[in-house]
Amino acid sequence: MTTTTPEEENGVKRRDFLYIAAGGLGAVGTAAAIWPFISQMNPSADVLALSTTEVDLEGIETGSEVTVVWQGKPVFVRHRTEEDIERAEDVDLADLPDPQPDADRVIKPEWLIMVGICTHLGCVPLKGQGDYGGWFCPCHGSHYDTSGRIRKGPAPLNLVIPPYEFLDDNNIKIG
Amino acid sequence: MSFEPKNPVVKWVEDRLPITGMLHHALYEYPTPKNLSYWWTFGSLAGVMLVVQIVTGIVLAMHYTPHVDMAFTSVEHIMRDVNYGWLLRYMHANGASMFFIVVYLHIFRGMYYGSYKAPRELLWWLGLVIFLLMMATAFMGYVLPWGQMSFWGATVITNLFGAIPVVGDSIVTWLWGGFAVDNPTLNRFFSLHYLLPFVIVGIVILHIWALHTNGSNNPTGVELKDKQDSIPFHPYYTVKDLYGLAIFLIFFSAFLFYAPNYMGHPDNYIPANPLVTPAHIVPEWYFLPFYAILRAVPDKLGGVLLMFGAIAVLFALPWLDKSRIRSARFRPIYKQLFWVFVLDCILLTYIGGKPAEGAYIIWGRIATVYYFVHILILLPLVGLFEKPKPLPASISEDVLSKKPASEEAANA
Repeated sequence: MTTTTPEEENGVKRRDFLYIAAGGLGAVGTAAAIWPFISQMNPSADVLALSTTEVDLEGIETGSEVTVVWQGKPVFVRHRTEEDIERAEDVDLADLPDPQPDADRVIKPEWLIMVGICTHLGCVPLKGQGDYGGWFCPCHGSHYDTSGRIRKGPAPLNLVIPPYEFLDDNNIKIG
Repeated sequence: MSFEPKNPVVKWVEDRLPITGMLHHALYEYPTPKNLSYWWTFGSLAGVMLVVQIVTGIVLAMHYTPHVDMAFTSVEHIMRDVNYGWLLRYMHANGASMFFIVVYLHIFRGMYYGSYKAPRELLWWLGLVIFLLMMATAFMGYVLPWGQMSFWGATVITNLFGAIPVVGDSIVTWLWGGFAVDNPTLNRFFSLHYLLPFVIVGIVILHIWALHTNGSNNPTGVELKDKQDSIPFHPYYTVKDLYGLAIFLIFFSAFLFYAPNYMGHPDNYIPANPLVTPAHIVPEWYFLPFYAILRAVPDKLGGVLLMFGAIAVLFALPWLDKSRIRSARFRPIYKQLFWVFVLDCILLTYIGGKPAEGAYIIWGRIATVYYFVHILILLPLVGLFEKPKPLPASISEDVLSKKPASEEAANA
């Protein structure tokens, strides 16, 4: 803002203060008024309420996998074979784009529970495909191993492990 | 040439709101270069397509239901039950492709004839803003039928924003209104898909305003010098544009009536399933060059940045092109580079539609690199080293130096 010269001699400070105070308050008021319009796009209360999913593990045979829905997303529940576990543990961490030991990705080694969404651009990877015996994303060609770790392709991170706990030997609660 | 209405009612209105005079000036007496070729028809065709999309879109919205459980069925209801619903929907779906075809030709026209150069930089920018808004609108529109391609297209494209460091995930959740693409996403996309075309109308008005401020460019790239160089827009170009429109509508109708799903994808006739990704997902054809650039980079953030960068560099074109000659007709080297660039864009479109494997990856990378090399390196260098052909003194001189047949036509 430019001020005119006659006003500059007397009252310039008072005027400046009024401009800044009025402008500042106006900006804060505008931001406060805009906020609800931005915030309404975030997840609503009913969406947030669907935040946990319980899964009965009984009946998921060794070597098979089920997909359950948690927060609208697919979650893979994989009953891993001994061979799967061995392959997952027997990996040099230095070879991994996103190094993480298999032990950090499971509570019980035979149960691998992870969000079935490719960390590249959100497609659902296919099980039993790809070069590492785990999953393969058909959209842009990311390969995941038997621990769901990214091994090859454009995805930057391992498949996400959701927060979950064992309620008893055969039941888990995701979320 | 000022507007003086004879009708007393028009005069009464004109004295209070000079809108008739403004339209008269813009669509009737607007002095237009007399040598415009049919490449200049695509601007008005784009305007026609915008109107077609808005009119068909408004009536489709009368029958469509933006809910995950009903969207797909309501589109089938439009196709099977609503009177002429099949026609209106196919018009709208193919109309989007037609809109992009004419806009891409319009953009290439601007690049060939240097229409973006001073004093038309803002005109060029406004055009690019329209292009960006068109892409956003088309993307959200494609989500509405809630088929498999709709759902997974929405998932992949919104996930692009997840590549932003730190706040990416929060932004994606905010865009979705949940933790995955779901009903809130569909609802807001419908709302915005309805809104954005009207924003485009606003920018189009600015685009035309900027165009009429400095006048149209022309195939010589030489500015209007005197009255001999121009003819009034009406009837000369209204008729020429109408003829172009008639030919274009035949082309449009060929797709509309004989191959309405040619540019679509069969997977979008399968209802959306959030648990199964189709084996081969591709965006609509008009996004393929940018999709190819995205996939050319083996890094998530890098791919996203390069894809947006491919459009961002177009904004810098008026300053990257160092040549003061507008038209490629007088730029022997640029003319060839232009056609190589067109071929490169076609190659990117082709690669974008192929799976990311084997030789397609290599070619995708070569084509991506060339896209940026052309704009960022070749364009500035050619302008500095190229020896242009002599420019005609005026549009009239250029027109009159042509063979007698065209001379007669020009004098008629």
